[in-house]
Amino acid sequence: MRSVSKGVNGKRTLIPVGPFHPLQEEPEFFQLWVEGETVVDMDLRISYNHRGIEELSTRKTFDQVPYLVERVCGICSSTHPLAYIRAVETICGCEVPPRAKYQRTMVTELERIHSHLLWVGLAGHFLGYNTVFMWAWKYREPIMEILEKITGNRCAYANAKIGGVRRDIPNELFDDIVRAVDSCWGPTEMLTNAVLDDPVLHARLVDVATLTHEDAIRYCVTGPTARASGVPIDVRRDDPYDAFDLVDWDVITFPEGDVMAKAKVRLLETFEAIKIVKQAVRDCPNGETDAGVEEVPPGEAIGHVEAPRGETFHYVRSDGGRCPVRHKIRAPSYVNVPSFRASCIGQHVADVTIAMAAVDPCYSCTERMAVTKDSKTGNELMDAKELQELSVQRTRWFEKQLGIEPFDKRWGPKLQELLA
Amino acid sequence: MNWKFWSLKKSLFVYHVNAGACNNCDIEILELLTPAYDVERFGIILVGSPRHADVLLVTGVCTRQVKKRLQELYLQTAKPCVVMCIGACALAQGIFAEAYHVGPCVDEVIREVDPNAIIAYVPGCPPKPEAMIMAVVKTWQKLDELAAAEPKPVAPALPEVAGA
Repeated sequence: MRSVSKGVNGKRTLIPVGPFHPLQEEPEFFQLWVEGETVVDMDLRISYNHRGIEELSTRKTFDQVPYLVERVCGICSSTHPLAYIRAVETICGCEVPPRAKYQRTMVTELERIHSHLLWVGLAGHFLGYNTVFMWAWKYREPIMEILEKITGNRCAYANAKIGGVRRDIPNELFDDIVRAVDSCWGPTEMLTNAVLDDPVLHARLVDVATLTHEDAIRYCVTGPTARASGVPIDVRRDDPYDAFDLVDWDVITFPEGDVMAKAKVRLLETFEAIKIVKQAVRDCPNGETDAGVEEVPPGEAIGHVEAPRGETFHYVRSDGGRCPVRHKIRAPSYVNVPSFRASCIGQHVADVTIAMAAVDPCYSCTERMAVTKDSKTGNELMDAKELQELSVQRTRWFEKQLGIEPFDKRWGPKLQELLA
Repeated sequence: MNWKFWSLKKSLFVYHVNAGACNNCDIEILELLTPAYDVERFGIILVGSPRHADVLLVTGVCTRQVKKRLQELYLQTAKPCVVMCIGACALAQGIFAEAYHVGPCVDEVIREVDPNAIIAYVPGCPPKPEAMIMAVVKTWQKLDELAAAEPKPVAPALPEVAGA
C-alpha cells in the first residue's frame, strides 16, 4: 500500500466520475474526494440502470422468467437463468438428465472463457495498453462464434430451461467446440506470459489497490475478487451443480489481493475453463435432455451458481400458480463494488481506474496497425510472430534497465506447474 | 445545411450511451472496434465526449433516471447528429416495456427536445455486429439523400489579389 499524503493544505476536492463518461461502459456515478493526488473518500450513486426486473418477474410465467433474467447482465447471460432454474428445480424436486447437465456446463464455461478474456482486454485498455485489449478481444472471437453455433446467439444463449436444456447440442458439433477452445489455448498462454512478464504492467498492477484477506472477508466479496485475496470460495466446488463434481479442475487462488493477483486468477481460470469444456465434451453421455416438468408446486428455494464475476444468488417463492410470487436476485458485482472503499481509498487517482476495472468493464479504444514495414529491409511486411518477438526484445530491454530477473526465472516454473 | 451533411458523413465519430442496457449490445459494439470487425477502417471511431460526436449510439431502455441526462447529452452534440437506437430495448423497450422504472422510448425522449432529430433503428437482441455495420451503411445512404435534397455547395469566390 502507498502512504496517504496530507494533500495541499488538507483541502479536499470532489471529482465526479459519471454517470456517462468515456472510461466505463455503464452509467454509474462515482464521487471521489481527493487531497492532492490521493483519494481519501469515495461514494457511489447507482439506479441509472435499474429496470425493476424482480417485480417484472412476478408478472411472467415460470418459463418466461429465464428469458428475462438473461437480460440482467449480458456478459453473465447463462448463469442468471441457471441460478433461477436451480431454485425452481429444487421446488419441483426434479432430477436433471445427465446429458443436459454436461451441456449446461459446456455453455457456462465457454461463457467464462469469453468473459475473462473480455475483462483482460478491458483492463489493458484501462491502463492505456491497447495491444492487450485488441489481442484479448481477437482471441475471444472463436468462442463467441462457437456459442452462436451451438446455442443460436452470440450473447443471451437461452440454452437452459426448467428440467433440462431447451435445445440439444448435437454430437456432430462437439468436435467444433473442442477445436474452438483449442484455438483459444495457445493465444491465451501467450497473453498470460505477456501480462505476467511485462515490467510496465508490473509497475501499474503490483501492490495497487490491495484488498487484504481480512477486508475481503469483511466486505463478503465473491468470485475472482475473493480468490485473488486468498479466500478460496467457489460455488462450483463448495456446492457442486451440473457436471462440476464429475470433471477434474482446480480453484485458482492467490494471496496478494492486488490487481495483478486478480488478473492472474482470471487468466489461469480461463485455462481451467478450457479444461472443463474439453472434459464435458469428452464425457457427455447420450440420452434425454429434458425432465418434462409440467407444473411448479408451492414452495420456496434458493439457487446459486458461480458466474464469471462471483456468486449469483436467486431466491424464488411459488404459490402453485403460473408465476413466481417473489423472486430475489443478488448479483456478484453488488457485493464486489462496495469493496472499492477498502481497495481504492489511499490510492492515487490514476490507479483508481484500474482498481475499478477489477469488477467493472469499460469501452472505447484505439485501433493499431497489425502490419508494418521493416525499417531494415525496407519493403518487407512483418507478421504477428515477428512483432511478438520485437515485443519480447523490448521487455528484455526493460528488465535490464530496471534490473529485474528475467521472466523465466521469476514465473516460468510456477506457470508450468499451474498449467500442468 | 448541405455543407453540414457533406462533412458529417466523411468520418463518423460515435459516442456510446448506455441508457440502461444489459451489456449485450455494449459488448457487441466493442466487438465492432476490435480486430474481428474493425470499423475504424471506415473512419468510424469512438470518442470520449458527446461534444465531439456525430452519432449517438444509444443502447438499452431509457430508465427514468437516465431520461433527463440523455436529453442533455443529445443537446451537447454538434448538429446535425444522428441517433442510432441499438437493440430491442432502445427501439421499443423490449421485454422491459411493463417495468416500473422505465421512461418513454428513446426516440420519444430525443424528439421531446428536437422534433427533427435523425433517428436510425437497429433491431435485434443483441443486433449482430454485421447488422450494426449495415445500419451505418443505410444511414450513409440516407444522409446522401438528405444532402441531395439541398442545393449544391458553392465555394465562396476568392478576392482577387493585385499583382498575383
